[in-house]
Amino acid sequence: MKEPEVTLELAVQHGLSEEEYEKICRLLGGRTPTYSELGVFSVMWSEHCSYKNSLAMLRTLPREGKVLLARPGEENAGLIDIGDGLAVAFKIESHNHPSAVEPYQGAATGVGGIMRDVFAMGARPIAALDSLRFGSLENNRVKYLFDGVVRGIGDYGNCLGIPTVAGEVYFDEAYTGNPLVNAMAVGLVKHDQVAKAIAAGVGNPVFIFGSSTGRDGIHGATFASEEISKESEERRSNVQVGDPFTEKMIMEATLELIKKGCVVGVQDMGAAGITSSASETAAKGGVGIELDLDKVPLREQGMIPYEILLSESQERMLVIGKKGREQEIIDTCEKWDLNRSVFGVVTDDRRFRVKWHGETVVNIPVNSLAAGESAPVYERETKKPQYIDELHSFDIHSVPQPENYNNVLEKLLASPTIAGKAWVYEQYDTMVRTNTMILPGGDAAVVRIKKTKKALAMKTDCNGRFVYLNPRRGAQIAVAEAARNVACTGAVPLAITNCLNFGNPLKPESYWQFKEAVLGMGDACRVLNTPITGGNVSFYNENPHGAIYPTPVIGMIGLLDNADLATSSFFRQEGDAVYLLGENKGEIGGSEYLSVLHNRVAGDAPSIDMEFERKLQDFLIQAIHERLIHSAHDTAEGGLAVALAECCFGSKNKKYGADIEIDFADLRQDFLLFGEDQSRVIVSCSRENQAASEKLAKSAGMPFTYIGRVGGDTLTINDLILLRVAELEKTYTGAIPEMMNR
Amino acid sequence: MKFGIVVFPGSNCDHDVYDILRRTMKQDVEFLWHGNHTLNNCETIVLPGGFSYGDYLRTGSIARFSPIMQEVIKFAQKGKPVLGICNGFQILLESGLLPGAMQKNKSLRFVCKYVNLRVEINRSNFTYRCEEGQILKIPIAHNEGNYYLDAERLAELEGNNQVVLRYCDADGEITEAANPNGSLHNIAGIVNKQGNILGLMPHPERASERILGSEDGKLIFQSLIDNFS
Repeated sequence: MKEPEVTLELAVQHGLSEEEYEKICRLLGGRTPTYSELGVFSVMWSEHCSYKNSLAMLRTLPREGKVLLARPGEENAGLIDIGDGLAVAFKIESHNHPSAVEPYQGAATGVGGIMRDVFAMGARPIAALDSLRFGSLENNRVKYLFDGVVRGIGDYGNCLGIPTVAGEVYFDEAYTGNPLVNAMAVGLVKHDQVAKAIAAGVGNPVFIFGSSTGRDGIHGATFASEEISKESEERRSNVQVGDPFTEKMIMEATLELIKKGCVVGVQDMGAAGITSSASETAAKGGVGIELDLDKVPLREQGMIPYEILLSESQERMLVIGKKGREQEIIDTCEKWDLNRSVFGVVTDDRRFRVKWHGETVVNIPVNSLAAGESAPVYERETKKPQYIDELHSFDIHSVPQPENYNNVLEKLLASPTIAGKAWVYEQYDTMVRTNTMILPGGDAAVVRIKKTKKALAMKTDCNGRFVYLNPRRGAQIAVAEAARNVACTGAVPLAITNCLNFGNPLKPESYWQFKEAVLGMGDACRVLNTPITGGNVSFYNENPHGAIYPTPVIGMIGLLDNADLATSSFFRQEGDAVYLLGENKGEIGGSEYLSVLHNRVAGDAPSIDMEFERKLQDFLIQAIHERLIHSAHDTAEGGLAVALAECCFGSKNKKYGADIEIDFADLRQDFLLFGEDQSRVIVSCSRENQAASEKLAKSAGMPFTYIGRVGGDTLTINDLILLRVAELEKTYTGAIPEMMNR
Repeated sequence: MKFGIVVFPGSNCDHDVYDILRRTMKQDVEFLWHGNHTLNNCETIVLPGGFSYGDYLRTGSIARFSPIMQEVIKFAQKGKPVLGICNGFQILLESGLLPGAMQKNKSLRFVCKYVNLRVEINRSNFTYRCEEGQILKIPIAHNEGNYYLDAERLAELEGNNQVVLRYCDADGEITEAANPNGSLHNIAGIVNKQGNILGLMPHPERASERILGSEDGKLIFQSLIDNFS
């Protein structure tokens, strides 16, 4: 292929603006970039790599705290201290655009990419989580996407041998053309074995190892930085293809190399492949890097430098080796049957220089490519969207009260967003590595750490509908709920990673949602003392039918000092007392009840008082540590009634009924039972511990109301609901399989 | 007793079995590399779960030709104990050490969940610690656990009491609803005629600690240790 001449027009086709193109020419000392250089700038300055439209806002988030061991964005993933000389590396990332076009490979490579980010730090992955959003399951295309994404996640993670332990799946029309696939990985590393994403030591060899480089995924990063359109289908070739077996070999080899101490730095070749990994490590190390593309193992003939530099072929790693220890690196790669090649060297001139067939095809100052340095940073125009006031002013009380509450509960349990997700997580290996103490289906997963007494609790969360109705509050709720889920197991929430899924940032309404949500997230994190360790921003989640709900997904990690204390979400003993921790307010805005029963997305998101939330979580954790309670389950979609039903049939072994009596005071019965008021948890405890629990709640100033008792085989709530638990469970577990088989 | 756990490229339950045998069952354990021709004087060989060689071509079909398997086959033919779990079971089938073959699960999906297993015979070297008819709660995690054998040889397998474990419901009934993968006769685990080789799809190493929700898997490891020590 002959290289085209570089012009402004070509730059614009590459997604660069006129001013950006001019800036590039300036950075190059006034000359026109080569075709390869244009490619390099276009990917490095794409939204995906440069965070140009988000960085200014992200800098407002709380990014400090005593548990943080790495500065957000500096390393491949976030890193926090959990004591015993151990650290947790974790990160979440989106693969929305590829999954919209090719769900199986899109999701699979999403898992692969995030795993590499974690093991590139020297951390052995111990768990995966997935936060998914789809349109309505009535739609056949959505079923195809859902099925493909779940298979893709399963096949990749299962083969790699990393358990997929938690996550969430929501279904809403807002995601019809633009599903969200956010994958999170969690890994464990000893403090003294953390590897950095850095190039250092002039003369050190630069290795590429893993799969050979092909034409797949060229411009994947750029593809992820534009709206989905009819033409997206033609972008299928931008979607990479995953090979989990090679990933497994790379993982073992990388961890072995880091343990041996024969490498200086490691970075995954993710978005923008060789270009980003090489230039970013050099920029971080304050050095230069020179690559010889003739040394890159290729899988296709006739590839030009532009293609080699931009390829996003999966399962490749960049390693800066220690000079003199090349043979050890080669031997390790050989042991794991991996392709490897020394294809570059660390230099002292702070330039990203690339040679091909003896000619220099790229010669750029490394800092000009790095996010937040010469790469552009924009703060965009904002405008509060009109729909917000319109939806807030909807008269909630115009909604008719139901006649049959049993029917309402059954309909909610059958709503795919609420219904049991066994169809999903039974396709994932949730138990490999033999650490999963609390399996999917409860609030947060709990994974013990062998050779210590500790366990980690982890969860992803975000109700996009709340964020749509009230971005600032919705983001606070996402943080609060993720932390609450973790606290329900007894773990102390430590830190978060986030995946910010939004529409087009150049549209003022979208950017307003983004800005508000980031501000809300920051507020909530400051109160809960859970700093942000990094994450990922995914803009341009739009298609011809509109934007998605703004969906800032939170990935939360919590720590249990004593794994034995891990508490489940479901009832565990006949005769236990049932309490409601928190207060009923009957806030029905944005609820699943309004959406499913009344076909409306309206009202405001439920209110939240973050100080109260923090006290509530502190109380929960203390009560669990004092072994006072048997179960804790937070109320979420579907409200109190759904949460109670889940407590009854949640156990995989024994099912329990419950007899519940609620004081409605002056609240509407349907609003109280199905409203999604925040900061509420259903707690069960034995008769013997009732007095002590009540006393602890009183001293903590926590509303803690006795509402009934565990027992029998029916769930009764006042004279409104009376249903056999076996029937409820059948509805709950059967809904998704039934829709998928239809 | 000294256990050897074979590590193929793509094995991913090797460390899980190692951990249970060493930490819970207090046995000597070592890893055996697929490319080697020695079993290092191990007295029992475990072929662990995972995706050996990526499970490309067909599960277990490439692993069967690895150098170490030539040694394992000789070892097994001498009547020494070999345990194949999940992918290990598939490799035993491909190696001809056990009869039959695996097809894709009837659902055509990967399935990971706890299942109930009925112990069919406790005279076996691997189930002697169990009661006949006892129900074990042990998880499965596989894409291809749909056991197949032609009618004639299946009758022979049954006649010889080689079926050790079957998928059952909570009451121990062998029903179609309790069959997670379409396996013939709800077969979950079989032994060879001599009784020194067990292949099973469920993962006993995942159910050998109270903290993980079941200790039933220990019965299988303990039986093996008692019988072959």
